[in-house]
Amino acid sequence: MKEIFVRLDRCVGCHSCELACAVEHSAAKSLFAALAEAPVPRKRLYVEQVLTHKLPLLCRHCEDAPCVRVCRTGAMSQDAVSRIVTHDPERCIGCWMCTMVCPYGVIGRQLERRIAVKCDRCPDREEPACVTACPTRALLYMEEEDFSERMRRVAAAEVVEGYGRAQAV
Amino acid sequence: MKEEILQRSIDPAAQVMLAVAEKEHLETAWDRFEKQQPQCGFGELGVCCRHCNMGPCRIDPFGEGPARGVCGATADIMVARGLLRMIAAGAAAHSDHARDVAHTLKLTAEGKGGGYAIKDEAKLRRLAEEYGIPLDGRSTQEIALDVAHAALAEFGQQEGPIRFTRRAPARRVDTWQKLGIDPRGIDREIVEIMHRTHMGVDNDYVNLILHGLRASLADGWGGSMIATELQDVLFGTPQPVRSEANLGVLKADQVNIIVHGHEPILSEMIVAAAQDPELVALAKEVGAQGINVAGICCTGNEVLMRHGIPVAGNFLQQELAIITGAVEAMIVDVQCIFPALADLSSCFHTKFISTSPKAKFPGATHMEFHEETAYDTAKAIVRTAVENYPRRNPARVHIPDEKSECMVGFSVEAILAALGGSLDPLLGAIKSGAIQGIAGVVGCNNPKVQHDYGHINMVKELIRNNILVVTTGCNAQACAKAGLLRPEAAELAGDGLKGVCQALGVPPVLHMGSCVDISRILVACAAIANTMGVDISDLPVAGAAPEWMSEKAVSIGAYVVASGIFTVLGTVPPVLGSSNVTQLLTAGAEGVVGARFAVEPDPFKAARLIVDHITAKRAALGI
Repeated sequence: MKEIFVRLDRCVGCHSCELACAVEHSAAKSLFAALAEAPVPRKRLYVEQVLTHKLPLLCRHCEDAPCVRVCRTGAMSQDAVSRIVTHDPERCIGCWMCTMVCPYGVIGRQLERRIAVKCDRCPDREEPACVTACPTRALLYMEEEDFSERMRRVAAAEVVEGYGRAQAV
Repeated sequence: MKEEILQRSIDPAAQVMLAVAEKEHLETAWDRFEKQQPQCGFGELGVCCRHCNMGPCRIDPFGEGPARGVCGATADIMVARGLLRMIAAGAAAHSDHARDVAHTLKLTAEGKGGGYAIKDEAKLRRLAEEYGIPLDGRSTQEIALDVAHAALAEFGQQEGPIRFTRRAPARRVDTWQKLGIDPRGIDREIVEIMHRTHMGVDNDYVNLILHGLRASLADGWGGSMIATELQDVLFGTPQPVRSEANLGVLKADQVNIIVHGHEPILSEMIVAAAQDPELVALAKEVGAQGINVAGICCTGNEVLMRHGIPVAGNFLQQELAIITGAVEAMIVDVQCIFPALADLSSCFHTKFISTSPKAKFPGATHMEFHEETAYDTAKAIVRTAVENYPRRNPARVHIPDEKSECMVGFSVEAILAALGGSLDPLLGAIKSGAIQGIAGVVGCNNPKVQHDYGHINMVKELIRNNILVVTTGCNAQACAKAGLLRPEAAELAGDGLKGVCQALGVPPVLHMGSCVDISRILVACAAIANTMGVDISDLPVAGAAPEWMSEKAVSIGAYVVASGIFTVLGTVPPVLGSSNVTQLLTAGAEGVVGARFAVEPDPFKAARLIVDHITAKRAALGI
């Protein structure tokens, strides 16, 4: 199963992911046409900044997701196979229990209605819109194994380089 | 051929070269455009601001995030300021070009122009009269010097009017004066844009846009018009001439030199030097049959209009020309030149030669060009090209077969001559309905549009509806390549237009020159309006830029609308982030300057907008 990973050193804070997310969740799925739509298209991920560090926060689609566990109406559900957590606006009563338990604060609300909105991993796309939109490739859409392998390679390269320097001394 | 390549261009020559590029792993603008996808939405909407270092700031177009920048600037302010800076850059580009031409005229009059002469003395005298310069008993040099000084003074002058704005109908000038947008000096209006758009100055989007129109008028009826007129004085006023267009004009057995950029000050001399017997003999010595000069972009249009020098292609073909492997030198001056040409030409024997002190390109050979030593430098450049011929690798030469004949050179003077010396036959045809109206279709290429698709389909649709098309810039070159600039293309026109074209022996699409020569279209509109005793905004005319990309095009669009001409854009300008600015440009402007913008990417629908507009204007005139 592919997941959205964030390369923590890559985000420049351009907010392109947020804009692409809102556009993808519009009826027209085009920026220019989406501007005039109601309900206003909402983003489902958030670029945050801590000191000089910028990073996009988005639903991790947690296993045994707390938002699903606390949802009393069944609006939040987790797919048995893909494990993607989705939200059914028709069942949502806006109690905000999900918001209270989400460890990442990535559940938002619709502008016009008192109901939640959250990442649905872009079911109509091969690659989520935020990932496609990221100009620095800070967001990656890949299998966990592949992302970890990538991280291991970077780590290994650093170790070897350090070792080489130590040998040279 | 791959569908992806066919989707990039409708031009068969371009398609052939794109296939070669793909095979040889050569990168083009289309590849880089793909790598830029998706493009920044804030930029597309015009709601980002980098005008001060409290920012950069952005506005969330969906209202969730910030609605104001740090200073409090709203989307209206950011969009209007951004648009104005585009106008400033565009007006500056055209006008700085004009300044160089005026300077060249001055040097020529002083006897310091390294090879230039005054070719159209009659026009010089007409301009002198317009400027109020005495003629009696004075030499051409004396008059030319005064005209050059008068033109140069218009850049730095603090009070108006700019002389050629008074070619517009009195009612139009009156509108400009009432709105406070009658331009005062060319440089002044551009500088004032930079001042007003500085942090914390002009924050009223209407006031900003009005000044943008003023600066654009200083371009259209100022800088651009000065460039056109003085180029005619120096290099001759274009007259109908036949030539050819597309990459097929490159010759396998000759030294191929491409002139690319905008100022004929350079290309005129290159054309002259390429005919120098010494260099022609040298070409023979190195095994070539001769020296073949071809143009790309507007400098190509300049030498096409005046000398029938063939056109190798338009804006998006600059890289494709090098990929033919048959270009000994790509000689550039200013504007619309891809910096990517340096890397690309390094994959071939092609010498990429920059010439302007204002425009250097890492990786290019810089052979600086100055007016005082023009011919000598041009000879040195052409010599470099000729000496490069033996380095051409025949195995890598792919010259497409495609080229089309064209008839070009329709300056206002040439159109009048074709009409027998008076506008009456044209007005008669318009009144009778044989010609429904006139559309100026101009502008660039842009990889957002399938290359030439917007241009060709719009123009064909317009002439089919009996609308005479006048064209400049990269649209003109697209039309030339597609065979629309041949008198025989009248067959594609509606019956009325066809009849007029066949009677006069002219194409249904008249090539009026380079992008600064859009000023010729203004002059023509002013003359028609004055003859009919109406304002330009009353005429059954329209403008269009189906594939525009440059800041110059923004300035052009602004001055065309400010002159009272409905204008359809084929790519979306970065203004949609402000509904107020969008509304002003596409609707409100009508009540202010008598014209507005429309945006329509589909060339067939865009042509329909123009046809409907012209029909409505005809009805209002009672014709």
